[in-house]
Amino acid sequence: MFDLLQYSFIVRGLEAGVIVALIAPLIGIFLVLRRYALIADTLAHVSLAGVAIGLMLNIHPLVTALGASAVSAVVIEYLRVTKKLYGETALSLFLSGSLAVAVVLIGLAHGFNTDLFSYLFGSIVTVKQHDIYLMVGIALSAGAVLAIFFKEFFAISFDEEAAHVSGIPVRFLNTILVLLAAVVIAIAIPIVGILLISALLIIPVITALQFKKSFLITILLAELFSVVSVIAGIIVSFYLNLSSGGVIVLLLLAFFIIALALRKKKENVPYASLF
Amino acid sequence: MHVDHTKNIIEVNSVSFAYASVSVLSDITFAIHAGDYLGIIGPNGSGKTSLLKVMLGLVRAQKGSVTLFGKPIEKYKEWHRIGYVPQKATSFDPLFPATVREIVAMGRYGKRGLFHWLTARDNEVIDRALQEVEMTAFADRLIGDLSGGQQQRVFIARALAGEPDIIFLDEPTVGVDMRTQEEFYALLRRLNQEKGITLVLVSHDIHVISREVTELACINERLVYYGEPRAFIEGDYLNALYGCVNCAHPHKDQNHV
Repeated sequence: MFDLLQYSFIVRGLEAGVIVALIAPLIGIFLVLRRYALIADTLAHVSLAGVAIGLMLNIHPLVTALGASAVSAVVIEYLRVTKKLYGETALSLFLSGSLAVAVVLIGLAHGFNTDLFSYLFGSIVTVKQHDIYLMVGIALSAGAVLAIFFKEFFAISFDEEAAHVSGIPVRFLNTILVLLAAVVIAIAIPIVGILLISALLIIPVITALQFKKSFLITILLAELFSVVSVIAGIIVSFYLNLSSGGVIVLLLLAFFIIALALRKKKENVPYASLF
Repeated sequence: MHVDHTKNIIEVNSVSFAYASVSVLSDITFAIHAGDYLGIIGPNGSGKTSLLKVMLGLVRAQKGSVTLFGKPIEKYKEWHRIGYVPQKATSFDPLFPATVREIVAMGRYGKRGLFHWLTARDNEVIDRALQEVEMTAFADRLIGDLSGGQQQRVFIARALAGEPDIIFLDEPTVGVDMRTQEEFYALLRRLNQEKGITLVLVSHDIHVISREVTELACINERLVYYGEPRAFIEGDYLNALYGCVNCAHPHKDQNHV
């Protein structure tokens, strides 16, 4: 069974996968509860533009992805707060705009190469040892910031107005939250790829929500689903020679459907009213 | 409990507020004294919720000034002295993963401040707040699983957890049945009379309000009346105030500004 651990790329993939699996739902839960889950997809597309810039300029693509994603996160949050754009149009604007940048840059670099394809759908084979150090550093920093402002993020996600009245610096912390989302999305690229990242932030959280537990238990459940899906996904994809990102997301979806069915059975309500 | 009722804790001076170019509040001046139980009433769209938001610093008045505990609102820092029970408190996601205790603890965060976790003493205050509203037995229940009236008590407890001097409540009894409303007002009366907490209650239900409160402000863009509720009822204000006829019909104007 553990013969796969003889392959160093699988070990690195599992290490990177667990790091991302642990940090993604911690950010994801606040995005989901604030009904801001779509920003994960937008920032992922911005990361693609960042990757394209990195490949063009011969800079480490994770670094450029991180930069592009973080800068866009702050600008999107500014547009949202100042209501300069209507509703979620800022998200659509950045999603399509950054994809356009990526496509043009890729064209200039004479089309798709395997490198870029692995950024789109994730490929643990591409994870290098120095990537792991970068990912651990970023994940630990993001985790530390989350721990410091945890109670404030919780209060804001429940009721932004009441949080504001109680003296919590809501605007500052909202910017911190989207920045955290930006960096976590950037480091998750090698595991599930740009097109599937939002699944890792969102699906474990909505699965855990079906169990209707306290905030802390919900977070622990989301972490469990996330880590199990990523480890099982990497192992299964290795043996069946499938895309690791795709298998991970399918496992996450399977957990979600089971959780939904369990809740339906317990509450005995029609599926339509579960959402 | 001794409360100095002559002390102004909130002063609203010539406040005007407009959304885009539509005037919502115009030249409003009044003061809230320590220990007051102030009812703010007004017809649909009269600006009473806007006035509340101006006093809470959620929106900024274009003209005039607001003073909280002697400090201009722009410089005010001791927000834990102010409790807030929002109107939308009962319209959150029913799947929101938080227990009653976790919700009440939120009310303590402002007092504890950034970079600090809650202490054993904070947890005692949270326990007491739960007892005060008789929700201790529900502490581990999910907030979404409670009835509207129970949720409202939890939000009162959340406000109490900050050990506030004053609590603002925006239409707290919307969607709550009569008996639960009675219990709710009894709880507010106790907080005001026994604990000396100043209360500001925004509502459209003039009959209940005028029975409960010690001071009444009627808003219809301008401050139409400020004083004892009895004089308001006995005077000809209801008829004189065209829009305020609505005040006499509760539950008709729940979508007010």
